[in-house]
Amino acid sequence: MIRTRLARLRPPRTALPYLLLLPALLLELAVHLLPMVVGAVMSLKRLTQFFIRDWSAAPWAGLANYRTAVDFHAPVGRALLHSFWVTCAFTVLAVGLSWLIGTAAAVLTQDSFRGRGLLRALFLLPYALPVYAAVITWSFMFQRDTGLINHVLHDQLHLVDDKPFWLIGDNSFTALVTVSVWRSWPFAFLTLTAGLQNIPRELYEAAALDGAGTWQQIRRITLPSLRPVNLVLVLVLFLWTFNDFNTPYVLFGRSAPEAADLVSVHIYQSSFVTWNFGAGSAMSVLLLLFLLLVTSGYLLLTSRRKDAA
Amino acid sequence: MINPPASFRWTRRIVLGALAVFALVPVLVMLSSSLKPLRDVQGPFRWIPSTVTLRPYLDIWRTVPLGRYLVNSLIVAGGATVCSVLVAILAAYAVSRYRFRGRRFFTVTVLSTQMFPGILFLLPLFLIFVNVGNATGVALYGSRGGLILTYLTFSLPFSIWMLVGYFDSIPRDLDEAALVDGCGPLQALVRIIVPAAVPGIVAVAVYAFMTAWGEVLFASVLTDDETRTLAVGLQGYATLNDVYWNQVMAASLVVSVPVVAGFLLLQRYLVAGLTAGAVK
Repeated sequence: MIRTRLARLRPPRTALPYLLLLPALLLELAVHLLPMVVGAVMSLKRLTQFFIRDWSAAPWAGLANYRTAVDFHAPVGRALLHSFWVTCAFTVLAVGLSWLIGTAAAVLTQDSFRGRGLLRALFLLPYALPVYAAVITWSFMFQRDTGLINHVLHDQLHLVDDKPFWLIGDNSFTALVTVSVWRSWPFAFLTLTAGLQNIPRELYEAAALDGAGTWQQIRRITLPSLRPVNLVLVLVLFLWTFNDFNTPYVLFGRSAPEAADLVSVHIYQSSFVTWNFGAGSAMSVLLLLFLLLVTSGYLLLTSRRKDAA
Repeated sequence: MINPPASFRWTRRIVLGALAVFALVPVLVMLSSSLKPLRDVQGPFRWIPSTVTLRPYLDIWRTVPLGRYLVNSLIVAGGATVCSVLVAILAAYAVSRYRFRGRRFFTVTVLSTQMFPGILFLLPLFLIFVNVGNATGVALYGSRGGLILTYLTFSLPFSIWMLVGYFDSIPRDLDEAALVDGCGPLQALVRIIVPAAVPGIVAVAVYAFMTAWGEVLFASVLTDDETRTLAVGLQGYATLNDVYWNQVMAASLVVSVPVVAGFLLLQRYLVAGLTAGAVK
């Protein structure tokens, strides 16, 4: 019935859906796709600050920029590879922790209890705060002599003898992961909470009648029914975290410490601080290829599993 | 859960309590430090200010032109939100209500732009803006219009995706009845779909506003002194010799209040929108 009505809707106005899509399509083309093509062309050019006014006049470089980017024996390539591994470790940790905390919070707030509404609002605070205001506050908290973290660790709990530096050296990785998890778990919480609302209450009642305890209900009903939400959530968290620029940039400034040198900041630094736009573009293209590979692999794997189930 | 046991209730108390502290501590730091005189924030940290002062809240407007940044951010984020919501409604209506050639290609293309790292098209976009300016005299680089144009595309894919889910959940009979009654498709959209999808549209608007209000990377490259937004302006409290941490915290609080208030008021819609759209 609905099919035949739809068929009646379509014929006289075939152009309409395209007209409706046109604004969105033009905007995406202008701001995302066109610049990407330009970026790909730039990565083949010997592009330095002298050619900013007219970049098309820069001499062709062939694949030289790419060779520089992946020559892991030379400084540029070695630094890129290092920052790639840092980003991978950072992403796995931050996404894993955010997902874990978000799941725990969503499952534990599923039933109503006194103060649940207030707690939910509190949990969403990190997501609602503008990133620069929140991260700047964290960078204040991580200050060695005047910050809250060292005050608590050293003065109040006496856990460390010497106040550590958090924003330089190896600890900067811990600091970065902490801030990133703080910012992104509320999104996991929000999405999973929405997913939990689709579970029919009768399922729990039936399980309780069959003698399943609370923890068993969570393991057998709640967690399995979150799987479709998790498939999307993990991918979105992965892309946001892997590409995150705002957090390290506000926390550390233009150049991040080596231990927390994420790829986005690394490329920004190579392009805008050392003025090597060609190499920066080549690195960007490589990054995109990597993300395409991971995303399509993930989508293939998860859609196959869905078919099998 | 039916009649949770004590072990569950205790786990709940402990875990949720710890998470509330984790979520809240930076806000408490913001608040308490914004009420301290400068010498206090330059010494060891204290939870409670020894002297409470409102000076930082007065000084923030003079140390940097915060008012101008605030206006710029409001114009940019507001403009991007309005445009993005309008464009997303049109596109989502087409995807939800029509079967046409290229429908799948469109959704995949638009969604995949979500995954591009911003750094990838920042520099090309900058160069395109400069070139367009040179060729046509339309100043995009350094203008609020250029930033609005950029930002509205950031929230667009997610907005379209969420609205398609939301529109799908509105019974087709509703707008088909309108079409039978002689409405055009656009009238059906404006009179039937949009009013029925208000929660979804509000959710998308909140998302678009927050995306634009919080963006740092493009704001720092594509603006000039006149058009700087809060995202970049807040860095002004750090001078070569000193960081006015009390003013930084006061300013952070001031710029956070509008978005946090709006978000908390409208979060109900955001959850509803997520349920209908993203979660499917």
